[in-house]
Amino acid sequence: MRTKILIALLTVSAGAALAAPMSIQVRTGKVRATPSQLGAVVATVDYGAKVQAGTPERGWYPVTTPDGKTGWLHESALSRKPIAMRAGTTDAATGVSSDEVALAGKGFNEQVEAKLRSEGKLDYTWVDRMAAFQVAADQIARFRTQGHLPGGAQ
Amino acid sequence: MNNRQLVVAMLALSLVAPVLFCGCEGVGEAGAEIARAAGVITADEAQSIKRGAQAVEKSWQDLTPEQEYYIGRAVVAQVLQSYPPLDRPQANGYLNLLGQSLAIFSERPETFGGYHFLLLDSDEINAFAAPGGLILVTPGMLRCCENEDELAAVLAHEICHVEKKHGLSAIKQGRLTEAFTIIASESAKQMGGEELAALTREFEGSVGDVVMTLTTSGYSRKQENSADAAAVALLRRAGYPEAAMVTMLQRMDERLADAGGLGFAKTHPSAQSRAEVLRKTVGDTESSPDAVRQQRFAAALQSVVARR
Repeated sequence: MRTKILIALLTVSAGAALAAPMSIQVRTGKVRATPSQLGAVVATVDYGAKVQAGTPERGWYPVTTPDGKTGWLHESALSRKPIAMRAGTTDAATGVSSDEVALAGKGFNEQVEAKLRSEGKLDYTWVDRMAAFQVAADQIARFRTQGHLPGGAQ
Repeated sequence: MNNRQLVVAMLALSLVAPVLFCGCEGVGEAGAEIARAAGVITADEAQSIKRGAQAVEKSWQDLTPEQEYYIGRAVVAQVLQSYPPLDRPQANGYLNLLGQSLAIFSERPETFGGYHFLLLDSDEINAFAAPGGLILVTPGMLRCCENEDELAAVLAHEICHVEKKHGLSAIKQGRLTEAFTIIASESAKQMGGEELAALTREFEGSVGDVVMTLTTSGYSRKQENSADAAAVALLRRAGYPEAAMVTMLQRMDERLADAGGLGFAKTHPSAQSRAEVLRKTVGDTESSPDAVRQQRFAAALQSVVARR
C-alpha cells in the first residue's frame, strides 16, 4: 500500500513538474470533461490565451485554464509558441520577438480580408453563411447513435 | 566594393544559400551576430539581417491556423465566383451533420474556424477542400455516392486534405518569404498602408496558387494517395465501412468516363488507379447499407441529385 501511495505521489508530482504553458491557436478552445471530441465542454478559452498543459495522452492534453478550471484539450487546438495578440486588443503584448509576432495573426488576417472586401474583389456573403453552419455535439451523438455507427475511438 | 559592403553582401547570400543548397538553419543569424560583434555592421543592420533570415527559413508549414483560416475563406470566395453555391438548407444541413461528425475523428479535429460544408450548383463531378476546413461538394459528386457510407468516404478524403494542409503546400515559397519578411520588419507595430497593400498582394497571390491547384492543376498523386489512405483510417475510427471508399471510387470511375474528363478527372489520378492502390489494404466486401443511414441520405439529398 505504501509503495502504491509513493508511486501515486511520484506520478502526480511528475505530471505537475511537466505542466507547461501552451497557447490556444483556434478561435475558441473547448475544454472537455473527457479526452474525446464528444466529451462535455466544461470551459472555453479564447484564442491566444495560455493554459497549463500536462503530459498528453493519445493527442489530448490535461489542462488548467487561466481561471483554474481543468479538463482536456486536443493537441490541434494548442501551440507551444506564444501567441502575441495584436496591438489594440485587450491582451496586447509589447516587446515580443518577430517569431512571436508571426504567430500573432499578423500577416494574412482580417485587415487583409477587410481590404479585399473594401476593394470589392471578393464577395464573402456565402463564405460567412457557410461558416455559420453549426452542428452541436449532441446532434452529432444522436446522428451517430441513430445511424448505428459503432466505435467512437478518437 | 569595400570590406563592409562585402560582408553585408556575403551575409545576405548566406540567408538564401542554406535554403537553396543544404536546408541548414540559422547561418544568416549566426553570421549577423559575428559581424555585429566584430563591429563590421551596426546592431540595427544585424537585427534586420536576422529578421530576414527568419523569414527566408519559414515555409507554408509556419502559417498559423489563423492565417490558414483567412486564406481558406478567400479561396472559397474565389471558387464561388466560378461555381455558385446551392442554397438547399436541408441538403446543406445533412452535409454538415455528416461532415462534422466525421471531422471529429480526424487527426486534426480542431482548426481555427472549424469544418463547414457547402453544396455547389454544378453538374461537374467535383469537390474542393479549402485550407482551414471549408469543403465544397457538387451534386455531380453526390451522384457518385449510392449511400451515406460512400458520401462519408468523399467527405473523409476532403477532410484529410485539410488535415494534411495540402492546400497550403500549393503556395509558392517566394510569396511566403515576401509576406514573412513584411511581417517581421513590422515587428510589433500596427501595419501601415504600404505594408498592408504589399501583404494583400502576397495574400491574393497565395490564394490564387491554392485555387489554381484545386480547380486546374490538382495535387500530386502522392498527396491524393495519402489523403485516400488517411480517409480509410478516418472512416474506420468513425465506424463507417472502409470498403465504401473503394466502391465510391469505382462508381466515380464509371461516371467520370461518361463526363469526358471534366472536373474531378482533370485534377485527380484516375479513380480506378486510386481504388487499386486501396485494394491492397482494404477488403472490398460490400455490406448492405444500414437502413436508417440509407433513409436519411435519400431524404436529405433526393431532390438535389435528381437529374435536372
